[in-house]
Amino acid sequence: MTTTAELMDYAEVVERYDPVLGLEVHVELSTDTKMFCGCPNSFGGDPNTHVCPVCLGLPGALPVVNGTAVESAIRIGLALNCDIAEWCRFARKNYFYPDMPKNFQTSQYDEPIAFDGHLDVVLDDGEVVRVDIERAHMEEDTGKSLHVGGATGRIHGAEHSLLDYNRAGVPLIEIVTKPITGMGERAPEVARAYVTALRDLLRAMDVSDVRMDQGSLRCDANVSLMAKGANEFGTRTETKNVNSLRSVERAVRYEMTRHAAILADGGSIKQETRHFQEADGTTAAGRTKETAEDYRYFPEPDLVPIAPTCEWVEQLRATIPELPWQRRKRIQEDWDLTDEELRDLVNTGAIDLVAATVDAGATQADARSWWVQYLNQQATSRETELADLTITPAQVARVIELVGSGELTNKLARQVVDGVLDGDGDPDQVIEKRGLKVVSDDSALLAAVDEALAAQPDVADKIRGGKVQAAGAIVGAVMKATKGQADAARVRELILERVGAA
Amino acid sequence: MSDLTRLTAAELAEKIHAGEVSAAETTQAHLDRIAAVDDDVHAFLHVDAEGALEAARAVDAGIAAGTAPASPLAGVPLALKDVLTTRGVPTTCGSKTLEGWLPPYDATVTRRLRDAGVPILGKTNMDEFAMGSSTENSAYGPTRNPWDLDRIPGGSGGGSSASLAAYEAPLAIGTDTGGSIRQPAAVTATVGVKPTYGGVSRYGLVAFSSSLDQAGPCGRTVLDAALLHEVIAGHDPMDATSIDAPVPAVVDAAREGARGDLSGVRVGVVRELSGEGYQGGVLRSFEAAVAQLKELGAEVVEVSCPNFTYALPAYYLIAPSECSSNLARFDAMRYGLRVADDGNHSAEEVMSLTREEGFGAEVKRRVMLGTYALSSGYYDAYYGSAQKVRTLITRDFTAAFEQVDVLVSPTTPVTPFKLGEKVDDPLAMYLNDICSIPANLAGNAAMSVPSGLSDEDGLPVGLQIMAPALADDRLYRVGAAYETARGPVLDKLGELEAAK
Repeated sequence: MTTTAELMDYAEVVERYDPVLGLEVHVELSTDTKMFCGCPNSFGGDPNTHVCPVCLGLPGALPVVNGTAVESAIRIGLALNCDIAEWCRFARKNYFYPDMPKNFQTSQYDEPIAFDGHLDVVLDDGEVVRVDIERAHMEEDTGKSLHVGGATGRIHGAEHSLLDYNRAGVPLIEIVTKPITGMGERAPEVARAYVTALRDLLRAMDVSDVRMDQGSLRCDANVSLMAKGANEFGTRTETKNVNSLRSVERAVRYEMTRHAAILADGGSIKQETRHFQEADGTTAAGRTKETAEDYRYFPEPDLVPIAPTCEWVEQLRATIPELPWQRRKRIQEDWDLTDEELRDLVNTGAIDLVAATVDAGATQADARSWWVQYLNQQATSRETELADLTITPAQVARVIELVGSGELTNKLARQVVDGVLDGDGDPDQVIEKRGLKVVSDDSALLAAVDEALAAQPDVADKIRGGKVQAAGAIVGAVMKATKGQADAARVRELILERVGAA
Repeated sequence: MSDLTRLTAAELAEKIHAGEVSAAETTQAHLDRIAAVDDDVHAFLHVDAEGALEAARAVDAGIAAGTAPASPLAGVPLALKDVLTTRGVPTTCGSKTLEGWLPPYDATVTRRLRDAGVPILGKTNMDEFAMGSSTENSAYGPTRNPWDLDRIPGGSGGGSSASLAAYEAPLAIGTDTGGSIRQPAAVTATVGVKPTYGGVSRYGLVAFSSSLDQAGPCGRTVLDAALLHEVIAGHDPMDATSIDAPVPAVVDAAREGARGDLSGVRVGVVRELSGEGYQGGVLRSFEAAVAQLKELGAEVVEVSCPNFTYALPAYYLIAPSECSSNLARFDAMRYGLRVADDGNHSAEEVMSLTREEGFGAEVKRRVMLGTYALSSGYYDAYYGSAQKVRTLITRDFTAAFEQVDVLVSPTTPVTPFKLGEKVDDPLAMYLNDICSIPANLAGNAAMSVPSGLSDEDGLPVGLQIMAPALADDRLYRVGAAYETARGPVLDKLGELEAAK
């Protein structure tokens, strides 16, 4: 039942309309246990193995709040410059769905633990945009449904459904922005940059795995358009199933072009949930309900209010690490980087790796060069993330050290790194195993030089005649003969010595 | 009737621990009594003879080996309300929707009873999900009052109170959301205590109204209730609303009270809990009880709690609201009844049809009331206002307890009525709890102790004693003093039975 939507050219969209965004990000906390019980909080596992009476919502079972989750929530709130509630409660959000064991979600409603904050987001060209945060609140995740049969993979039309409650009760923080206005054509980019900044922040704080592909960070994008000069927001749609940073940008952009086409045609936007389709970058309408859902929120009577003391909040404030953008700024100054150099570092995700390599003894220029160039190429060709390459910053630092001391040439060094990446051990083991040391024994080299000169007497004459640059051909031959293990500079010296040109 | 079934729990414990009788024969005597009378009384939904005897034999083995009993009640059997989960033993809450469900875990109360060496005879009948005042809302048929089998045994915990009055068990556990321990105790001439909210863990107590539900001890004497209270009470990390404070010394208080001296104790008679709507015989019994307290040395004054008048309507907004959410989980997806799972109905339809078939009329009525009260646009007027009333009632209690140590009233406005008499009149049924509800709304402790028989119909009347939160011991002191002075009431039932 997919119909191709009419879309408006993006340039025209931003000429005629102002987009308004609202981003809701759900973050699964990486606590050891679930939000309200002692079951392990880990991704995957055989279905229904990480469950107990509490997270299965069995009759009589009661929740108890995970203190670490509350700590994480407060820390996230503080990192987002929020006020922390002196007193707040959980609330029940009532609705029926098979993957929700109690048919209500224990969440927070009008008393979030953190509210009124902001996050400064750096765009690709270095412009800083402040995104205001409405609130960050705690809640529990639902189980997962697998709908078997039917065309859509959704419950509607499925032959039967399987339920896995391993995820039920996993602690979530929902972070909601205030309406993001005035971004014009950059709105999609701002959306991506915001989610990226949030991901980096949460990763730096070590509170979540923030894996969009595994659902530990999920973004719902609310988009509406208002005609230029209008005072009221337009009707919004909420797009779910946005599973990558790139998809955030694409989804917002797509909805803008879709809304604009409808509005320009005199139509009106239906307030609805839409699903982003990764394959073609479009969105599709969810199943619409005739009446608005009434969640009948009321304070959760099974839990007592949470009243963080000032001392506790201040203690937690002290645990917040240097935030990613602050760190980037400091590193740019410390390492004296141009904006472009910094951006390369950020875009390749190499900052932490370079910093660790520097900590292991390398210069930042060498470390940057290795991670941003050769290793980044290797990550691409091996289809993995830079951070997931099987080489440690300490190993990279060792390779740099060996190049500096002349024991490896750059070419050999790359072969050593390849060996490490292939699982042959650390750099010294790879050198040993693959025999990659620079040949520095002059007698062995001299034999090779003599051989090469004898093989090309005309070149030898040229050098003798003063055309020193002709030595390159002999160097090449020697390097070939020694399989690249010679120090080219030393070879050159020996050649000049041998022909008496030195 | 075996002599063993006539003894109090305290007496049985003494004999068992002294090796005069075994826990197994004590348990067997009660199982025999259940077999003899429960066809008439129907106090039990499930009898676990094997489980009870096994627990009793374990106690006997310990005593034979010379180890100290696990608790002062080790070996004394008990009847457990079917709203508390029992691992591997049916737990239905009096509802069809949980027929056949075998819980995979024990409630904290259940576990504490097991740890204390208390054999659990079985699970007692109740109004479905503890909603009712007569047990007529049980999906498995009503329990009958041993005083008159045509009359109600109270509710929701009518099975527990009837099992005591019929000498099927010396001890029972009830749960009290608006009076479900105290009202059944009153109409069967037994003792029932609603401890301070948070005093006894709710973990494994299938929730009706989370902010009001409280499990508590039932017995034939105040001392027995106190002994049981100390076994089940105390902080539980599995229940966030459980109070982390020492359990009041209720056994000591009961023993002290039994000496019959209440000098220095200030007793307040709640003006708002009498008058119109109260049966004459109930009021006369209450007045006699107050006179008795004076004779024991108590200083009696009248106090006013003006907001108690709004307790009933506030309760009938809060309890249904919470229940509409608590009972949402009975949706056929994970356990319990499932209907229309024939491949032709959607998950949503299966949920809906199961709830239609699995719940009785009263449960549906309250789920609908609560759903409405919480709806967008109505929340403030209903649930919000009710919570404000609740605060006012708590303030009334606080003010009253500045003047007096305990408050007293009749437990219920009337003696037990006939089965069927009020089933079609929910409002009349709800009025049974008019005296007991304020203590639930405020969360403080309350007890019903027999105050004799109504002079007009010869049926039991209860005296309600209320104490501040965490001062449960005051109930036991005053209750035991009164009980000793007034003399046994339930014995009259034995005399009646013997005369038949």
